[in-house]
Amino acid sequence: MKAFLGFVRKETLHLLRDRQTLAILLLLPLIQVLIFGFAVRTDVRKIPIAVVDPTPDIATLELRDRLAASERFHVVGVASSSQNLETQFRAGSIRQALVLPSEVERRLGRGDSLLIQLLTDGSDPNTGGIMQGYATAVIHRWYGDAAPAQDGLRIEPTSRLRYNPTLESSHLFVPGLVAFVLTIMSAMMTAISITREKETGTMEMLLVSPIRPAAIVVGKVIPYIVLGFSGVILVLIAARVVFQVPLRGSLTLLLAECGLYIITALALGIVISTKAPTQRTAMIFALAGLMMPTMLLSGFIFPLDSLPGWLQAISFMVPARWFLVVVRGIMIKGAGLATLWQETLVLLGMTAFFLLVGSRKLAIRLS
Amino acid sequence: MSTYAIDAHELTRRFGQFTAVDAITFHVEQGEVFGFLGANGAGKTTAMRMLIGLLVPTSGSATVAGYDISTQAEQVRRRIGYMSQRFSLYEDLTVQENITLYGGIYGVSDRDITTRTGGILARIGLEHAGNELVREIPLGWKQQLAFCVALLHRPGVVFLDEPTGGVDPITRRRFWELIYETAAQGTSVLVTTHYLDEAEYCNRISIMVDGAIAAMGVPSAVRNQFGAATLDDVFLRLTRPGAGV
Amino acid sequence: MRTILFLVRKEFLQIFRDHTTVAQIFMIPVVQLLVLSNAATFDLKQTRLLVVDEDRTTVSAGLVQRLEGGRQFRVVRQAPSDQVAEQALLDRDVTAVLHIPRHFEEDLVQHRRAKVQLILNAEEGSAAGIIQSNATTILSDYARELSATLPAGRRSFTGTMRPAPLDLRTQRWFNPTRNYKHYMVPALLVALTTIIGLLLTAQNITREYELGTLEQLNVTPMTKLQFIAAKLIPFWLLSLVIFTIGLTIGKLVFGIPMRGNLVLVYLALMVYLIVVLGLGLWISTITRTQQQAMFVAFFVILIFLLMGGLFTPLDSMPDWAQAVAEANPVKHFVFIMRSVLVKGAGLETVGTTILGLAAAGLAVLMLAVRRYRKYAA
Repeated sequence: MKAFLGFVRKETLHLLRDRQTLAILLLLPLIQVLIFGFAVRTDVRKIPIAVVDPTPDIATLELRDRLAASERFHVVGVASSSQNLETQFRAGSIRQALVLPSEVERRLGRGDSLLIQLLTDGSDPNTGGIMQGYATAVIHRWYGDAAPAQDGLRIEPTSRLRYNPTLESSHLFVPGLVAFVLTIMSAMMTAISITREKETGTMEMLLVSPIRPAAIVVGKVIPYIVLGFSGVILVLIAARVVFQVPLRGSLTLLLAECGLYIITALALGIVISTKAPTQRTAMIFALAGLMMPTMLLSGFIFPLDSLPGWLQAISFMVPARWFLVVVRGIMIKGAGLATLWQETLVLLGMTAFFLLVGSRKLAIRLS
Repeated sequence: MSTYAIDAHELTRRFGQFTAVDAITFHVEQGEVFGFLGANGAGKTTAMRMLIGLLVPTSGSATVAGYDISTQAEQVRRRIGYMSQRFSLYEDLTVQENITLYGGIYGVSDRDITTRTGGILARIGLEHAGNELVREIPLGWKQQLAFCVALLHRPGVVFLDEPTGGVDPITRRRFWELIYETAAQGTSVLVTTHYLDEAEYCNRISIMVDGAIAAMGVPSAVRNQFGAATLDDVFLRLTRPGAGV
Repeated sequence: MRTILFLVRKEFLQIFRDHTTVAQIFMIPVVQLLVLSNAATFDLKQTRLLVVDEDRTTVSAGLVQRLEGGRQFRVVRQAPSDQVAEQALLDRDVTAVLHIPRHFEEDLVQHRRAKVQLILNAEEGSAAGIIQSNATTILSDYARELSATLPAGRRSFTGTMRPAPLDLRTQRWFNPTRNYKHYMVPALLVALTTIIGLLLTAQNITREYELGTLEQLNVTPMTKLQFIAAKLIPFWLLSLVIFTIGLTIGKLVFGIPMRGNLVLVYLALMVYLIVVLGLGLWISTITRTQQQAMFVAFFVILIFLLMGGLFTPLDSMPDWAQAVAEANPVKHFVFIMRSVLVKGAGLETVGTTILGLAAAGLAVLMLAVRRYRKYAA
């Protein structure tokens, strides 16, 4: 035990002395959350749209006004013919075009059919669908008001967006960033620091010492747990103060879950380090191997509901997927352990599994 | 243009407040084996790094193989060989591949690379290990290989930074034979070492203490100058002035 | 030139001798491209919807049936109260709740209009908007259908005044199949190639520095330009191969369109890779340990991916972030890929972008050459 404590002390000193790495570890997550929390928005805004209006009148002006007034649209230009639309689409200067017929006002009055074309750049089907939905809604509302009273039935839905009524991007994105950055940083840290010892041969020195291999790994990891946890606290403060992300649930629970997750990610790093002979392979595993799956299979950017069934099953293997549900649950929805116990259990299980695999590999290496 | 292989004048290097090398002046003749002695941190390696162009001097000047180290660094690089303290061939390449690589970098022709590779392998008894990864061969051979690679392009001056660290006495012996052979062919050798018995093999030595040259000359002369029986005694007296004989 | 050849050969020998690395740099992009291309979509497969039906009439039951009939919603169960609904939302058992109030049918018959409430879990942002618009469409379809069948209760006017029927025709250009994979595969391919290339170059020089082999190279007469060129070329070729494998998979497995000229794509790729790998080498010259190199590379990759409009819309970003995105080579190359492959654009559309990338590549290379020092000052 004394030897072990001495070892932890050595590792801590090691880390404290390396100021540059220390600063990076502590500040990088914070900086990333600040930058990307501000920069990246998952909602669609300021869609560049062109309007083709051959004969402007009161009705079409009203429609144009409504588009211009909306945050979602940015009317790039109004033309009298649809000649140049194709080029504009191709160059990317517009992403939507609304082609109105002539004499809209007269048609409305007469009861003639009103053919309106809505062209959407569908090359990004994701935003394409959203853009089309927004524009359709504006046109329908305009038509409802502009056309004379209708005879048809109407079912009017009122919508309530629970947990994030304004659909504020940062409230969704910041908890996701926390999960994402924490995964990569923690896994990468341990994986690289252990393989580094293996590469430089200092690991052999430790392995012949009376300290058990598992204890060596724990000793190496403890300073990173403390450091990772400090980083999380900084990030959470930033989320609260800078982005006003709500914290509706229990702070204690949130911190405990973060602590658990740091250990999960570090344990994953240990597993990587047992498989990787060099720092290079360790870092390709940790970065190239984890980054995209964590980004795309965790609900960080794309909703989990949009994954096909088999991919949902694969996403169950991504630790960040579970942690993200927990963080968003606690912060945004105010959920407690009664709701999140399953996810917590999965994370605990994963951690135990990683630690088991990691320590068994180490034992094999020794014999 | 200096006719000496190495001609250093008041060469100085400071790191912040710390003076690692303090105005050293010395020269090395053509074909001479010159030993650089000193305790750890005495400034041997720093001095050597300035001479081979890895470190810019704070002040002072030096020529190597007739070229100024500050203004003609590329000319110097063409004419020197270097073997660093740390083994620095590629462990994940074979013996042959390492030789070919450095031959290519120094512009040795393909035919010369082939003949010299054979020569090197025969010289250090690695004929059958040409296709083995450097990682797999014993340390003593690695060091000899590194030395030969440093000589591949027939440099006028070769710098050896503690070449015999960690090798067994027999290999050390063999290593010094290689050094003599090299010097006999006219190449000057600057070698740093901890082993004072090795210093006796050098034509001339200098002992560095705290960045300055405390003694210099033929080994026997240095011994006589301090009235000591062995270089060990000289060394102890210089590095620990309190310890009388 | 001969020097460079020897150095390039050495890099290749080193890479291919390390079987783990070789397996990684080819397998990771292939596997991830195959798997993740299915993930990058906002298209909701099926939304679990909970209906709280307080009306319990044929009309309300019809509405529920209608929702169940479409492929967008799966009605999970019908809960008697809002509390249960609330809990189900919290537990993520359902994503949306439809509350049909009492007197729903009566209101429709009497007043020709009735209200329903739709409660959505907006935890995953953009999804909520899509669910909302899906639900609205179904509701209005149902309403139209009812107009014909439901007995009129109170008619304000009788057919003389017909409103102009709105005939809204929507069209999606460039990707009429709405196949998001056609859009995402090129982006993912660029992302994966970039990650691998940047990582390999960023740790390369630092690794030699740590191992001590760099010192041996630094005492040789090899020039800085030769050195950087020799470090660039192997990874440039490797990245070209990785990209080509990925593009083949994209074509064969995902059927991505190739409307434009493939030569143009490769021209842009060659230039783009210089920017990315040059940047990696520059990172490698400014860092002292592989660990540091990794952190810097990680940061750069994140900026590349998150601020390049790959997965999230660029237009929504604040102005300063859009300015940063302008300097993001990933953004420009993905633009070229999508324009040429999906839209069939030619040199006149992407020419200036390629020139811009070329200028950036030159600048980055110069930076790396300048920053690489053979000696310590």
